[in-house]
Amino acid sequence: MHRNYHSTQTISSGIDWVIVAIYLILVAIGILCIFMVEYKPNTDVLASFISGKTNYSKQLIFAGVCLVAAIFILLTDSKIYTAFANLSYTLGIVLMLATFVVGRSINGSKSWVPIGGGFNLQPAELCKIFTALALAKYLSRQETDFSKLKSQLIGGALALAPAVLSVFQNETGLALVYLSFFIVMYREGLPPGLLIFGFSFAALVIATLIVEPNTLALALTVIAVLTIYFVRKQLKRNKRLLSIIIVLWALSVGIQRFAVPYIFNNVFQCYQSTRIYSMVGKDYDCSKNHHHTNSSKANYKPPRKPDDYNVRQSKIAIGSGGIWGKGFLKGTQTRGKYVPEQHTDFIFTSLGEAFGLAGSLFFLLIYLFLLFRIVNIAERQRSTFSRVYAYSVASILFFHIVVNVCMTIGLFPIIGIPLPLISYGGSSLLTFTILIFIMLRLDADRQMVLR
Amino acid sequence: MPVFNQSRSRVIQIIFAIVFIIIAAQLTNLQVFSKKYKLQAENNAIYRKVIYPDRGIIFDRKNKSLLENSIMFDLVVTPAEARGIDTLALCNLLDIDTAEYKRRMRDIIFKNTSVRPSVFEPLLSQEMYARLNENIYKFPGFELSERSVRTYPFHIGANFLGYTAEVNPAFLTKHKDEGYEMGDYTGMTGLERTYEKVLMGQRGIQRFIKDNRSRIQGSYENGLFDTAAIAGKNLYLSLDAQLQALGEKLMTNKVGSIVAIDPNTGGILCMVSAPTYDPNYLTGSERSRHFNKLYKDPRLPLLNRAIYTTYSPGSTFKTVVGIVGLSEGVIDERFSIVCNGAFWGCGNGRPKCLDKGTFNLTSAIAHSDNTYFATVYKRILDQQRYGGADSALKVFNSYAYTFGLGHRLGIDLPGEQPGNLPISSYYRKIFGKNWNSCNVISNAIGQGEVSTTVLQLANVMATIANKGWYYTPHMVDSIEGKEFDYLLDRFKEKHLTDSAIPDSVYEAVQNGMQGVMEYGTGAAAQVPGVVVCGKTGTVQNFYHGVAQKDHAFFGAFAPRNHPKIAIAVLCENAGFGAQSAAPIASLMIEQYLKDSIPEPDRKLKVEEIAKLNLIPARMKAEMNRLDSIKLKREEEQNRQNLQEQLLDSSGTETTETLLPNEVKQQPNHSLPNQPNKKKQQPLTMAILMTDHKKKKIFQFNA
Repeated sequence: MHRNYHSTQTISSGIDWVIVAIYLILVAIGILCIFMVEYKPNTDVLASFISGKTNYSKQLIFAGVCLVAAIFILLTDSKIYTAFANLSYTLGIVLMLATFVVGRSINGSKSWVPIGGGFNLQPAELCKIFTALALAKYLSRQETDFSKLKSQLIGGALALAPAVLSVFQNETGLALVYLSFFIVMYREGLPPGLLIFGFSFAALVIATLIVEPNTLALALTVIAVLTIYFVRKQLKRNKRLLSIIIVLWALSVGIQRFAVPYIFNNVFQCYQSTRIYSMVGKDYDCSKNHHHTNSSKANYKPPRKPDDYNVRQSKIAIGSGGIWGKGFLKGTQTRGKYVPEQHTDFIFTSLGEAFGLAGSLFFLLIYLFLLFRIVNIAERQRSTFSRVYAYSVASILFFHIVVNVCMTIGLFPIIGIPLPLISYGGSSLLTFTILIFIMLRLDADRQMVLR
Repeated sequence: MPVFNQSRSRVIQIIFAIVFIIIAAQLTNLQVFSKKYKLQAENNAIYRKVIYPDRGIIFDRKNKSLLENSIMFDLVVTPAEARGIDTLALCNLLDIDTAEYKRRMRDIIFKNTSVRPSVFEPLLSQEMYARLNENIYKFPGFELSERSVRTYPFHIGANFLGYTAEVNPAFLTKHKDEGYEMGDYTGMTGLERTYEKVLMGQRGIQRFIKDNRSRIQGSYENGLFDTAAIAGKNLYLSLDAQLQALGEKLMTNKVGSIVAIDPNTGGILCMVSAPTYDPNYLTGSERSRHFNKLYKDPRLPLLNRAIYTTYSPGSTFKTVVGIVGLSEGVIDERFSIVCNGAFWGCGNGRPKCLDKGTFNLTSAIAHSDNTYFATVYKRILDQQRYGGADSALKVFNSYAYTFGLGHRLGIDLPGEQPGNLPISSYYRKIFGKNWNSCNVISNAIGQGEVSTTVLQLANVMATIANKGWYYTPHMVDSIEGKEFDYLLDRFKEKHLTDSAIPDSVYEAVQNGMQGVMEYGTGAAAQVPGVVVCGKTGTVQNFYHGVAQKDHAFFGAFAPRNHPKIAIAVLCENAGFGAQSAAPIASLMIEQYLKDSIPEPDRKLKVEEIAKLNLIPARMKAEMNRLDSIKLKREEEQNRQNLQEQLLDSSGTETTETLLPNEVKQQPNHSLPNQPNKKKQQPLTMAILMTDHKKKKIFQFNA
């Protein structure tokens, strides 16, 4: 009797029901969006929801499975997450390495491990959870002083190791997600200069793509000269400042003139360069690409559709929604299946078309509210482990949302990463469910100090 | 330290918010400010299906439908969906080879993309439709699509009804904003063209949602924006179908035309152009082959001779000369003249006259006396008060103009020609500025530069019948509904001839025309029990400078007192006017006034004239020539086919025994005389008028 009473107490007490509600709302919206994409008139909606044959009914089943997993997680003890953090991380890395041996190629990336019964596991997906736990574990160690460079490097290595493996698996999108851990590390004491440096670097790369090389070089020079002119008084007192400015100028011009073209021509594949260029509205000349000229001179097939077909259709679908949208199930682009991969990566377009600007903004506000709520939860933790983990959850979600939505509205090149809790796909839904509910479990025990 | 951490969590939240604001800004940009996406989405996803309305029907004055709509089928293909079908089986059904199939597919995809349906084989024959209908399920991407086609129950009126045909790219660029699309049909000639807007109705549009492979997903917004097709409006003609049928029958094997007008309204009662063709001939699957045949026919059956060809009016023009002479006061009704065989007013004895004797106006018209009208015409032009032939001719022309000559009457049919009333500047160029009446005296008897259409001549008859007014001749009496009534307004406007012409002048001319029928040149063409006024005409003509047999002209109206029909008949190269044109006119008048031709001898006359073959020798020769070329070609073709068959079906050894002798001797013989290498004479036909410079002699004037 007493034990029963106690266990019910532990499941429900301390759970952040707001997050649970938002979670359920988002999953419901997701199923609805998939329904919009798959809907065909003159079908019995109820029957097809139960049938398990359509994607929305499959997603409904996935949601049921996730709910079971969520309850299971809430029933566990928080301590196991700290205990198994390092072990799970090691397991994740091993699994990722295993893909190179036993991996299966699905959609062009050899990142899946067959686990029998027709199911495939993508270790990189699971590794997000493991990395979050491992990073939390590392940062919550008593001997870790994150203001030291050594700790920062170790933290960075923990976050980037799976990313590097992902790149080798040809899963650039997933690799990029691991960059979101830098937000966590920033919160834990990474110098802000790194953040500023990162943004400046991004701005420089984009400028390189858009602006003609010589013009940009000239502009950078003008900026440098103007800076020297404005700080000429400080220069007399501080000789080092001048050399810093000159080094920065040389670095910028170097990146712009040599590094970026080198990366685009020699590191990226032709299609990747083309996508990135097409995002800023430019054509990329594939004949300059090292991979292209090396590997496929003989059997080069010109792309059947222009490379920006997806983005164009995606923008048309969203753009034609207008302020108030075309209405539920009335989206012509959605019903006509003009947007490729609409039930997975481009699920946002169905929402944008059917419910317009109003619906999209409302939807994004739900997400933003979720993120803020998670940040608040993180900040109320007593233990560093829980806080770091919660920040990891927020960062991963943030990164997924932003990259996915920006991709559909033409602000980011197309990389296949799903919209959390919305996109069709069991493993993606399960990953985010586990991610969120571990956080809720930890949060329920926020009075405990976990290490 | 906590303060530091606090601010970092703030910074992270601010970064979240800023990125979301950027997304919101881009969303606003896409969804509110960029209009192009709405348009692109519509182009993407909405398929507009045009619903063709029924074309308007054309009725005659007794509400008999001259044409109707019936359904035929097109074989339509959407190339993108027609992949992987049994091409050979389809080709066998269509009687084409696979090369032809590939060629058509390529053309279709080039012209109309591979995702839109295009016509693969238009207007299938009954048999082919039956064959395809059974098998069409085997050929996804192909479908049979209905098309409304004209049928003509009376088989008459091809020349004025016109035909519809598929629009061509030139038409589309010309009528850009009228909503025509590739594959639409439009009226190309005749009433179909003039009243295209009335007949075509209003197309309906159904909108469907289509998917990324152009498959229809369902209706768009449940048909909220769909428009229904509105059927074309019917036309009610003043035409009498029975009269038209009789006219076409009478004109069998003749070249020429008949126009009959109701003088009270200006409505056309019949308009025959001969030779003609059954309008059903130009509908259906064989249309283009038939069209080609008609197009090459040396008799030019596609020409509407009633309004397009101009002729010298011949003696029928004398009525106008007489009226002008009386009105100008250069003669009066008692004025008479003696003809001793020729007109000597210009000193050269031209023109000649056939009947010698003394003539006043009435008898001069009745006997068509050249001398009399040459005198009148000379007097008109020589009038001192106008101070010269230049201005006198202008006066004469202004009279003639009010009779509807020298300009387009404005009938509601395309292609009407204005005819010609020569003006002084033309003569100045030829004869110098001191030209005089003798230079142009042949105009007095309707030869020379004066030229008219048969329609204009019928209108002159109507004007004389009405004693000085006419309504613009027109085919359409009324249009269903009120919407298009404005099109007919101009036919309600009375055109008056010069008010200086008193009724007595018309009486005198009518007396003469009645005389024509009773004791003059048209005596053979009386209508039993009806007072008819008529005028014969025999027109000299030349083809490529060579004198041809005369055209026979006849103009008439009846009954004299309350005229109900004015008619002009022309038979090209038929010789003396009284032999063909006049009896045709009389039968037509009888048919119209009595609604039938009751007496047996008159019925016999109809058959007799219908059998009469008056095709000009020139055209006969040309037809024979073409026929023999065709025959030769066919022979060659047959021989070649035989040869190929034999060579195909058997080895060399058996060929030896099977081959006919001549083929065996020259197994690879090439065609000895390629007929199409012969230079073909241009098939144009021109009606040349007398050349004044050469001063041709007028031999006949009836």
